[in-house]
Amino acid sequence: MAGRLELTNVSVAFGAVEVIRKLSLTISDGDFVAIIGPSGCGKTTLLNLLAGFERPSAGSIDCQGQVRMVYQEDGLFPWATVTENIELGLRHIADRSERRRQIGELLKVIHIEGFEHHYPRQLSGGMRQRVELARALAGGSDVLLMDEPFSALDYLTRLRMRNELARVLSEMPRTAVLVTHDIEEAAQLADRIVVLTQRPARVRREFRISTPRPRELTNPEVVDAMGRILDALDIGSATGPK
Amino acid sequence: MKRSRNTVRAFVLPALVIAVFIALWAGVWKAGVFHRSAFPSPVAVARGFAAEIASGRLFNDTVTSLYRVTCGFLLAVAAGIPAGVWMGQVLSARLAFLPVTNFFRNLSPLAWMPFAILWFGVGDAASIFLIFLSVFFPVVLATMAAVGTIPLVYFHVADNYGLRRVEKLTRVTLPAIMPQVITTLRVTAGVAWLVDVAAEMIAGRDGLGFAVMDARNGLRTDLLVVEMIVIGIIGVLIDRLLVQLTTVPSVRWGYES
Repeated sequence: MAGRLELTNVSVAFGAVEVIRKLSLTISDGDFVAIIGPSGCGKTTLLNLLAGFERPSAGSIDCQGQVRMVYQEDGLFPWATVTENIELGLRHIADRSERRRQIGELLKVIHIEGFEHHYPRQLSGGMRQRVELARALAGGSDVLLMDEPFSALDYLTRLRMRNELARVLSEMPRTAVLVTHDIEEAAQLADRIVVLTQRPARVRREFRISTPRPRELTNPEVVDAMGRILDALDIGSATGPK
Repeated sequence: MKRSRNTVRAFVLPALVIAVFIALWAGVWKAGVFHRSAFPSPVAVARGFAAEIASGRLFNDTVTSLYRVTCGFLLAVAAGIPAGVWMGQVLSARLAFLPVTNFFRNLSPLAWMPFAILWFGVGDAASIFLIFLSVFFPVVLATMAAVGTIPLVYFHVADNYGLRRVEKLTRVTLPAIMPQVITTLRVTAGVAWLVDVAAEMIAGRDGLGFAVMDARNGLRTDLLVVEMIVIGIIGVLIDRLLVQLTTVPSVRWGYES
């Protein structure tokens, strides 16, 4: 099954507060889309719509494929071990030995062998995030929704996790939607950048980045993309006129 | 090396404190601060202890009291946790029952004593009833509060991974509240033990609480102290037993940062 998400003229309002206004966005199979916007602009609401946790007030949403969410931090069940957490994503597989095999494979992909019976609190932040990623990838899911997945990590770990994510996705390709306010992260990882306006959120600007992943932070197209994002957010003057 | 030294100290230091305490007690007795009939000597208490053990009465009373506290406590927990989960999850249930629950939570279970005797007579049932009341309402309230503080993200994850209703209960709600519930069990088990002794003092024909009253009526202050020591030690042992629950790996997260 392919992962495809389509929002058509979607509006969301909580009471009198209009969060999203007539937003249209199509995310095709294999896309890596980064959605950036000012704080409180409705990014998380957008992800909740895509995950099906919230309904739009108007407009339509069409989601195809198995959609999984990766959280900022602590999305793992603290009472379950690494294996038990990842197994959540493999519930539809009845055969126990097949589940074990797939867990072993995922643990290898995220480089966390030897920790399968550890609990989340016994892992570092970066390790927890990798387990969370493995859980979302498990069982052949189609779409990864990521809500500022690395924002709780320190800067260097964040840089490392970006490379990890790029590498894991090259091994297990998925449609990916990354919501973030980290413009570096967006420019380094995504093929498509969507910048939203202040609330109520609409698409302010959209463009593509064609350099293949993994990308250096200093890659000219990445640097250029960061400038364009800053510009679209009206904070570009700090980096000088473009 | 350091570890074993600390283990030794953990036994030696409390033993010293107890020895000093007994010495003070003997001193007060010797000095005759209180009338002899109102203040037993350590030696008299030790003799009383031996006599009570030899007659088998101490053992029987202990078993009786433990039976009552176990029944009352387990019944209250078995009823209180489901009720608390229900009130934590269903708003109208919470709105309907919270004020009543708070009322009974703050009503001393001992105030029920006359009714307990009228309804159940003197014996096991009256004590179990009072213990039930002393444990049930705190467990309901604590469970309800714990359910209310489960981060929403866990339920989003549950939805995302297709957990059904019953699975959400067994795989999210219950494990998420377990650390707080265990803490409440420790507190309420202590309360249950206090209430059991009090209930037996008034509505008992046996049990350690009754033994206290019996000793008082017979002016046997030595036996009074024997019963007090046993009651205190059992209270500590009950807590030591329940604290074992906090060592289960799947609840450790609730006690460590």
